[in-house]
Amino acid sequence: MTFEPKIVGFLCNWCSYTGADLAGTARIKYSPNIRTIRVMCSGRIEPTFIIKALFEGADGVLIAGCHPGDCHYQEGNYKALRRYRFFKKILPQYGIEEGRVRLEWVAASEGERFASLVDEFTEEIRNLGPLNIKESIKKAMLDDVIPHAESEHHKGGDANEA
Amino acid sequence: MKLKTGIYWGAGCGGCDVAVLDVHEKLLAVAEKMDLLFWPIAMDFKYDDVRARADGEFDIVLYNGAVRNSENEEIAKLLRRKSKVLVALGACAHMGGLPGLANFHTREDILNRVYLESESTVNPEGVIPQERWKKGEEELELPRFYNTVKTLDQVVEVDYYIPGCPPVPSQIISALTAVWEGALPEKGSIIGAGTRTLCDECPRNKEEKEITIFKRPVEMIPEPDKCLLEQGLICLGPVTREGCGARCINSNVPCRGCYGPLDGVSDQGMRMLGALASVLEPKEEKEIDALLSQVVDPLRTFHRFSMAASILRRKKV
Ligand code: SF4
Ligand code: SF4
Ligand code: FES
Repeated sequence: MTFEPKIVGFLCNWCSYTGADLAGTARIKYSPNIRTIRVMCSGRIEPTFIIKALFEGADGVLIAGCHPGDCHYQEGNYKALRRYRFFKKILPQYGIEEGRVRLEWVAASEGERFASLVDEFTEEIRNLGPLNIKESIKKAMLDDVIPHAESEHHKGGDANEA
Repeated sequence: MKLKTGIYWGAGCGGCDVAVLDVHEKLLAVAEKMDLLFWPIAMDFKYDDVRARADGEFDIVLYNGAVRNSENEEIAKLLRRKSKVLVALGACAHMGGLPGLANFHTREDILNRVYLESESTVNPEGVIPQERWKKGEEELELPRFYNTVKTLDQVVEVDYYIPGCPPVPSQIISALTAVWEGALPEKGSIIGAGTRTLCDECPRNKEEKEITIFKRPVEMIPEPDKCLLEQGLICLGPVTREGCGARCINSNVPCRGCYGPLDGVSDQGMRMLGALASVLEPKEEKEIDALLSQVVDPLRTFHRFSMAASILRRKKV
C-alpha cells in the first residue's frame, strides 16, 4: 500500500483560511492529504496542539498565518514565528524530523499559493515517510512489564535493599 | 484509633522521605495519630510484612519515587491493593521527576553508558546486569530495568498527589491532617498546593516581558527584586503550580517547575515553550534563531520534572 501522508493544517481565520477557501471556490486542485483546522490567529497555535496532532497520527503539521504586518491582532504571527522556530529546534530532541512542521504566510488572495504549498508539503512528508509516533512509543514500552507474573507472591525480598 | 500508614520509595533520591522527617517536632504529633507499618528508609521492614496485611488494611500509603523498574511496579501494585488511600508523594511519583529525563534515552543507551563507556568505569569483561544469574545451584533474579520511566498513575490508580521536589514539609502535614480529619477532596486531586501559577505567588516585580538575552544561573547574580525571566533566566514560574512558597525564587534561583503544571494542562514542557517564545523581543527569523541558540538544552529544561507525564512520555526510537 502506498503511504498517504496525513497532514493537519492550522489556518488563521483572517488570511490563510480565506486563502484556502479561495483555492476551493476557484476549484484549484490540490492534494487531499490536508485536514484543516481554523483558528482565529496563528498566534493561538500552541506547541501543545502540534505535539498532540503528531501524537494522534499526523505525519506533518502545516501552520499558516497572515503575512508579517498583516495579522488581524497585530502581533500574533510574530508570536507564531517565534514559537515555530523554537518548536523546530526541539523536535529532534524528541527524535522527530524537524521538517514535519512548517510555517507559511498565506494571504486571503493567495489561493493558488496555498494549493501549491499543500502539494509541496505533502511531497516533503511523503519523502519523510510515516511518523507513527504512538505506535513506536508503545513499542518502546512493550518490555516494560514485570517479567514474572507470579513474582509478587515470591517470598522474601528486603525492602531496604530496594 | 491510629491510622495505619506506609511510606515507600520507588525510583527517587530519598528527599521525599527526608521531607517527611523535616516536619520536625510535628512528626511527634503525626506519630500519635499514625501507626507506621512500613517505611523502608527509616525502619527495618520486609516486603513480606506488607504481603501479610489484609487488602485495604493500610489507611494511607505515601509512595514517592518514579516507576523505573519492575520492582517499583510490583510494590506499587502491592501497596495499591493493601491501601485505602494511595498518595503519589513528590514530583517523581507525580510526574516521573528527574528520573523521567531518562526517557530521552533508551535502556540500552543507559546501561552502555554506565557499565561500559563512562570515564570512571573499569569493566574489562564488559559485564552488564542481567535479569537472571545462575551458577551451579544458585540462582538470582534482578528486577527488570525499564526502557521508559513511568509515573505512579501510569501503573496503578492514584487517589491524591502531593507535588514538589521535594514537597514542602508543612504541605505534607496538612495533607496527612486532611486524611485523619476525613476532609479529603475529590479523588484524583492535587493536595498541598494551590491552583494558580507560581508567578502569582512570586514576590518579585513583574513588568511587560520582552526577552533579548538568555543567561544561565551560573553566569550572573540576579537582581533580588526583579522577575528572573525578565533578567534572561529561564524560570518555569509561568507554567508551574503555586504551593512551594516560591522557595527557589526566594533563594535567587529560577523555578525549574517541580510543582508541575496547572489543572487542565496536559504538557508542562510544551506550555513553557509556548509561553517563553511569546515573550521574546525579536520578530525576524535570524534574530529569533540567534536568541534561541542561547537556550541550552531547551526540551530537557522545560520537561525537567515532567517528561514521563508529558504527551509523548519518551523520545521516539
Ligand atoms: S517568571 Fe519566575 S521570577 Fe518571574 S514572576 Fe514568575 S516565578 Fe517570579
Ligand atoms: S520554585 Fe519551582 S522548582 Fe523551586 S520548589 Fe517551587 S515549584 Fe519547585
Ligand atoms: S490573524 Fe492571521 S496571523 Fe493573526
